[in-house]
Amino acid sequence: MMTDTALTQDQAPAAAGDSLGREAWRRLKQNRAAMASLILLVLITLACVVGPWLTPWGLDEVNWSAFMAPPDIAAGHYAGTDANGRDLLTRTLYGGQISLSVALVATLVSLVIGVLYGAIAGYLGGRADALMMRFVDIMYSLPFMFLVILLMVVFGRNILLIYAAIGAVEWLDMSRIVRGQVLALKRREFVEAAHALGVRGWTIVTRHLIPNTLGPVIVYVTLTVPKVILLESFLSFLGLGVQEPLTSWGVLISEGKDLMETAPWMLLVPSAFLALTLLCLNFLGDGLRDALDPKTR
Amino acid sequence: MLVYTLKRLCYAVPTLLIVITLAFFLMHLAPGGPFDGERSLPPEIEANLMAAYHLDQPVWKQYLIYLGNLLQGDFGPSFKYKDFSVTELIAQGFPVSLELGLWAIALALAIGLPLGVIAALKRNSGLDYLVMGTALAGVAVPNFVIAPLLALVFGVFLAWLPVGGWNDGHWRNMVLPIVALSIQQIAYIARLMRASMIEVLGSHHIRTARAKGLTETAVILRHALRPALLPVVSYLGPAIAGIITGSVVIEQIFGIPGIGRYFVQAALNRDYTLVMGTVVFYGALIVLLNLVVDLLYSALDPQIRHDD
Amino acid sequence: MLQSRTLLGSLALTLGLAAAPLHADTLRIAIMGEPASLDPHKISGTWENDVVGDLFEGLITEAADGERIPGVAESWEISEDGTVYTFHLRESARWSDGTPLTADDFVFALRRILNPATAADYAYLLYPIRHAEAVYSGEMAPESLGVEALDDQTLRITLERATPYFLDQLSHYTAYPVPRHVVEEHGDRWSRAGTLVSNGPFTLQRWQSQTRIEAVRNPHYHDAENVALDEVIYFPIEERNTALNRFRAGEIDVARDFPTQQYDWLQENLPEATHTAPYLGIYYYALNARDGHPTADPRVREALSLAVRREVITEQILGTGEQPAYHFVPPGANHHQSLASPLNGLDEEARLARAGELMREAGYGPDNPLSLKLRYNTSEDHRTVAIAIAAMWRPLGVEVELFNSEVAVHYADLRRGDFDVGRAGWIGDYNDPQNFLSLLESGVANNYGAYSQADFDALMAQAAETQDLTARAALMGEAEALALGDSAVLPIYYYVSRNLVNPALAGWENNLEDIHRSRWVSFEDGQ
Repeated sequence: MMTDTALTQDQAPAAAGDSLGREAWRRLKQNRAAMASLILLVLITLACVVGPWLTPWGLDEVNWSAFMAPPDIAAGHYAGTDANGRDLLTRTLYGGQISLSVALVATLVSLVIGVLYGAIAGYLGGRADALMMRFVDIMYSLPFMFLVILLMVVFGRNILLIYAAIGAVEWLDMSRIVRGQVLALKRREFVEAAHALGVRGWTIVTRHLIPNTLGPVIVYVTLTVPKVILLESFLSFLGLGVQEPLTSWGVLISEGKDLMETAPWMLLVPSAFLALTLLCLNFLGDGLRDALDPKTR
Repeated sequence: MLVYTLKRLCYAVPTLLIVITLAFFLMHLAPGGPFDGERSLPPEIEANLMAAYHLDQPVWKQYLIYLGNLLQGDFGPSFKYKDFSVTELIAQGFPVSLELGLWAIALALAIGLPLGVIAALKRNSGLDYLVMGTALAGVAVPNFVIAPLLALVFGVFLAWLPVGGWNDGHWRNMVLPIVALSIQQIAYIARLMRASMIEVLGSHHIRTARAKGLTETAVILRHALRPALLPVVSYLGPAIAGIITGSVVIEQIFGIPGIGRYFVQAALNRDYTLVMGTVVFYGALIVLLNLVVDLLYSALDPQIRHDD
Repeated sequence: MLQSRTLLGSLALTLGLAAAPLHADTLRIAIMGEPASLDPHKISGTWENDVVGDLFEGLITEAADGERIPGVAESWEISEDGTVYTFHLRESARWSDGTPLTADDFVFALRRILNPATAADYAYLLYPIRHAEAVYSGEMAPESLGVEALDDQTLRITLERATPYFLDQLSHYTAYPVPRHVVEEHGDRWSRAGTLVSNGPFTLQRWQSQTRIEAVRNPHYHDAENVALDEVIYFPIEERNTALNRFRAGEIDVARDFPTQQYDWLQENLPEATHTAPYLGIYYYALNARDGHPTADPRVREALSLAVRREVITEQILGTGEQPAYHFVPPGANHHQSLASPLNGLDEEARLARAGELMREAGYGPDNPLSLKLRYNTSEDHRTVAIAIAAMWRPLGVEVELFNSEVAVHYADLRRGDFDVGRAGWIGDYNDPQNFLSLLESGVANNYGAYSQADFDALMAQAAETQDLTARAALMGEAEALALGDSAVLPIYYYVSRNLVNPALAGWENNLEDIHRSRWVSFEDGQ
């Protein structure tokens, strides 16, 4: 079936939604790279949630005789210790909880706001689009640091603020990308046809326009995740992000970066977790895109 | 088109005014002032400093003074770098950031676009996985890790290139920063290009083109490439604004005299005039580049019209 | 100077590196940031000192070991009561444009820095001069300042009261002369390349902001024939790791700091280049003595102080030769007499036991744990120290909440008193215990913990009126012991200065104030 006749999809009975999901899942299962990635992601998440209970050391437990020590199985420091004598593996796993949840929430926020905002602006066009995009320009230009510092002053230190602060900036790129796509799509025959049939604007946006921007959107989501995880470590620098004794991958990596020669494990361990997660997300994203693609259905 | 462009340029004035206003008050609301440092100053000293920079006036008055000066093109003196005005600091640093940034973008496009196209054409093959996996390493490793790593390997161990310094823009000093700046962009561009190429290749008009019996190369070059560039162009607008205004990390690690450091340091130092200078400058760039992007849309896809 | 090139080359070769081409008589220094200005009246930082101190010279100047020696002044007399200083300037003193430097330039400079319109943030260092404070506050005209030129070569400075550290202060950049003829011609913009005229061993040639400052030998300098270097280039580098890498690559000769965490690596690989030395500074925690804070209770403060194992911090966490601090005034300070600290002498176990006892007395225990807010400004070293100290307090039943923020917010919070324990540090402005102890006087802006003790204030006031240096030292020693007895602050360690110095350099000496003038430095001849 051809993309540009996605209209037929809309004419299908509503009950088809359920089977569409099942259909997508079936196709996803056939994609080996995507499935392997999904399984690995689940394993990493499980390790981060359960792992800290299993390691012999606590999150902020200090081993007074092992400062910045390399991996030592006998002592129970499977990935070495940090500059304060704390177990790196335990900290990396704990850090994963923060990083993964920040990535999940902030990415979702940016996805929902960015896609809807961009699609609406692109669909409406004209003056509404101009105004909505000027607002985006303004948001791009505001000095982010002061925004963060003020958030901190007004609300105190709160982990929820991290999500809000990151979500507030990360949707901008997404909305520009989606708007660009929608500007191109809305002149296509299938949208004009839907118009002619009297389909409501909202339905056109959600049913016809957004699904057809899926490819770039999914890719951009997978690219937003590392950005979000690293942005979080910058917030920690300002005092808004996670605070000691809690930690995150971004914070651990920035601690390790200056010690790449003297204590490489401090950089390698959290980096490996981050890189593996991103790789999996990427292949899973590609698989999802293929599975959800209206064209290949 | 000309009318549209002019109209958009008119929009820029209120947009920037809102940015300036919001930024000005955000900045003054934040705790800590330009003279809060390790040492408290005796009250009479602080009073003299405040008076010298008009900080003893109510904020709204300072705002009006600032706007008035801005209208005359005066960004004021930097609080921190006392021998230079904000205009001079930006005028000295921007050419450096611009030069590095343009090279980095050129490099990223030269590598990222072909990689994305190749991966899309060979999708889900070993080559695709290899290309995308490599590109992804660029995003997975943050630039504050890549930059010192490059400096260590190519500057210290191999001694092929200088570790840092600008040296009046000698090419040897530019290589590592350009590479460090572009690695992340390569990944972004390649990934976006691949996704949108796949999208376009499956679309109606490409099938029509193929049906007409055009060669695959002709189909790709003539019909697929341009529409596929749309999301990349959308991304590049703001991204270019970010890259040509420098990166604090790259500048600090390689000792580059660009303006990227001012975006962070001016805020940390509460160097109010410099903060405002960077905000106005960056805001103007964003407005300008997003306009260019919108104009490019219609060039890439004639169906996109800017009718009002 | 060829030999120095080979020496540097051999250093680089031993590291397995290729030597970068260099001019043997150019010294390349990494300073730790971009100077705020090169006008001696508009700066207040430490790295500016490296540059400005090579460009200018005060009445008094520093030798390679930091010892004060005659600068522009050849000799001087001090009146019996210690309040009138008469300086005789060198006849050979010239500005770098050849104009003679006269006593009038000093009068102009001192009036300028104390003029409220100049808004000099470091002007308060000159308050010992008669009427300086009144002039700066705008209550008196700059002309009433206690400074006058008796003739071109004779300068008289009158003080408010005898000040034993005044000569030291005259070597500080706040007391440098500025060229009247240039400042009057170019106004505030005089201190840039092209217009800046100076009187020191080097003179500014080029300033490319954020990347390099070039200075060349000043032919008009009175000791020019003994200056070995032709040129000095200062590279502002904020990242200490970058400075280290550039040093390793042979791109710079001196790095004015290095990352503490690389010390072990440096000692192993570059032992001859790695310099650490005691530094006139104290790293401490301010304890909030305001009502409503648990730290208002001296017993709590003492317990907290007792439980901090400073040796673990200096040796395990930092390990670059910092000395554990049990006093507030760093060792080696002039005119200083240190009394025993109450913390000394007890072993670790006894200290912990005593701390536990004090906490119980203060009403804290397992069922009423003490919860503290510890603030520090974001930095790798501050973070690791705070984490270690929080861990050391845990056995006392103290729950520490760590708050980090960037510098401006941190000090704003400290000044507002919004903390229980706050990270602070002090580097001596001048070498005298008064500079440190005054931080604990009632109502002083830098007294973050708002410690207020009438006896302490009285002792300090008495010391200020005392001319006899031994008696004065004893009074301040008594005051310090009193404050430490109250655990007014929690001293943690004495700073060290850290430098990387090309071993081919001669004349570079470690010193307490970490002052190094390029005038004394040369590339060593011979192999």
